[in-house]
Order: sequence, then C-alpha cells, then structure tokens
Amino acid sequence: MAVMRVNPNRMELSRLKKRLAIAVRGHKLLKDKRDEMVRRFIELVRRNKELREQVEKELTQALGDFLMARAVMSTEVLEEAVMYPTRQVELKVSKQNVMSVDVPKIDYEEKSQEGLSPYPYGFASTSAELDDSIITLSGILPRMLELAEIEKTCQMLADEIEKTRRRVNALEHIMIPQMEETIKYIAMKMDEDERASRTRLMKVKDMIEERSAKSSD
Amino acid sequence: MYMYKIGVVGDRDSILGFKALGLSVFPVTQPEQASRLINRLAKENFAVIFLTEQVAREIKETVDRYKSVPFPAIILIPSNQGSTGLGIQEIKKSVEKALGADILFGNE
Repeated sequence: MAVMRVNPNRMELSRLKKRLAIAVRGHKLLKDKRDEMVRRFIELVRRNKELREQVEKELTQALGDFLMARAVMSTEVLEEAVMYPTRQVELKVSKQNVMSVDVPKIDYEEKSQEGLSPYPYGFASTSAELDDSIITLSGILPRMLELAEIEKTCQMLADEIEKTRRRVNALEHIMIPQMEETIKYIAMKMDEDERASRTRLMKVKDMIEERSAKSSD
Repeated sequence: MYMYKIGVVGDRDSILGFKALGLSVFPVTQPEQASRLINRLAKENFAVIFLTEQVAREIKETVDRYKSVPFPAIILIPSNQGSTGLGIQEIKKSVEKALGADILFGNE
C-alpha cells in the first residue's frame, strides 16, 4: 500500500491520527448500517417475491378472462362499457425512512359512490366474462399496490446497500491501511531524524573535546 | 396531503380492464411513445405506474431511470400474453446487486 505524500512532521502526524480515528469510527458505523440494511432487505425481498408470484398468477388469469370478454364483444361496446368507472382510486403517499433511505409508503383510497354496482355498465350488451375479470382485477388491486410499495423499497434499498458496501470497502481496504502506513512512515522518519541529530551532536562533542585536549597540552 | 394517481401503461387489450377500476389507462403501441409517456407521467402526480412486461422490455433505459427515486414506482405486470418472467428477473437482479450473490432463487 502506497504511503501518502506528506511532510513527515509532528503536525502532519497528529492530523493523520485524528483522521484515522474518524475513519475507523465511520467504518464501524457504516458496517453496522450495511448489516442492518441487508437484514431488512432479505426480509422484504422474500415478501416481494411471494407477492409478485401471486399477483402475476392472478393477473394472468384475470387478463385471460378479459381476453375472452374481448373476443365475444365488439371493441366499441367494450370500450363503452368501461368508459365511465363508478369508482376512483387515489393514492395517499408519504415517505418512510428506512436506515436513512427515503422509501415510499402507499395508502390507497377507493372512492365509490354509494349503492352503485362495481360494474360501470349495464348487463344487456356485455358478457359474463367481463364481470368475472373485473371482479378479479378489483380483488388484486390492493395487493398490486402493496407489491408496488415493497418492490420500490427493495429497489431503493438494493441501491443504497451497494453504495454503502462500496464505502465500507473503500474505508476498510484503502483509506485505513493507507493512513496507518503513513503514520508508521512519519513515526519512523522522525525517529530516524532524532537518531541522526543525536549522533551528530555526539560527534561534535567528541571533536570539541579532542581539540580542547590538544590545546591544553 | 396531496392525492396521487395510478397509471397503467401497455397495449390496449391488456390494460383496458383496469379502466373499470378507476385507474388512468394509457394504451401505447410504439416504444418511443411509451417512453415519452412515462416521462410525462413521472412529472405529473402519478405515484405508481403499472407497465406491461412486453412494453418494459423495449424501454429498459426509461424504466431504470426511475429506479433510484421514490416516485414514481414503475411496477411490471404481465400482459394478456402471459408473464415473461421479466418482473421476477428484476427482483433477482436487485438481490444480486445488494448481496452480491443470489440467495433466494438459487435452488430453482
């Protein structure tokens, strides 16, 4: 590991030591964050998979029904039948903070007029398959919205976990070893300088003593 | 709190049924049209956009762009030709991204 380009002096040494302490602390925190996020992610993604399989299966079924309805009815009649829905779905959306990631929280609200049937059409010109498919679809909708919430959360957590992991690795394998190495380098360099100046002093002292011994002779 | 809407994007036959439930339905035929539409819906207050897998395959870049922001959530649904497995694949991908290894689907 390369040593950073620094001046080997006391200032730099104490600065680096402080930085190292912060880096170590940050590393520990980030590692804890990553572990917790992974734990949550695994929980969520299991649920996500279950829900998606369920929704896909039922939706395929409902769309199959719808296809049948479309086959026995003309396009115009079908379009007309679903043109004016008797209810409206609106979403109440807020953000939830999961380990400092803002994930969506979706609540939905169905506005249906009292006393109206769920079918926005009369039964005269439409087929029974259409009724079936619409009932199934409205049964699936709450789960589709739950799926939306969970899947989005999973995507965002995955993103954040990847980022955090990169940071943890960068700290662990690059920043911290590099700083430790540099601190060691500065300490050794300073020790070496000290030894050098001591030997120089001793040498000078020897020379002075030798000279004064000669002159007193 | 502001009310958000749900959009459904895909081929006409697959998504028309959702109209009866009160969702906003946008039939598309061309990939470019779909991609433009999604960008427009994202700017308006659509919190959830259901997109059929058939269309999603054509406009992957657009779908990926909205992955890292909280809204809109673009959720893939099978079309009336059945599921292509793209939705499950996306989950698999995010597992691999987060954990580096596939632990959920390994036994299949």
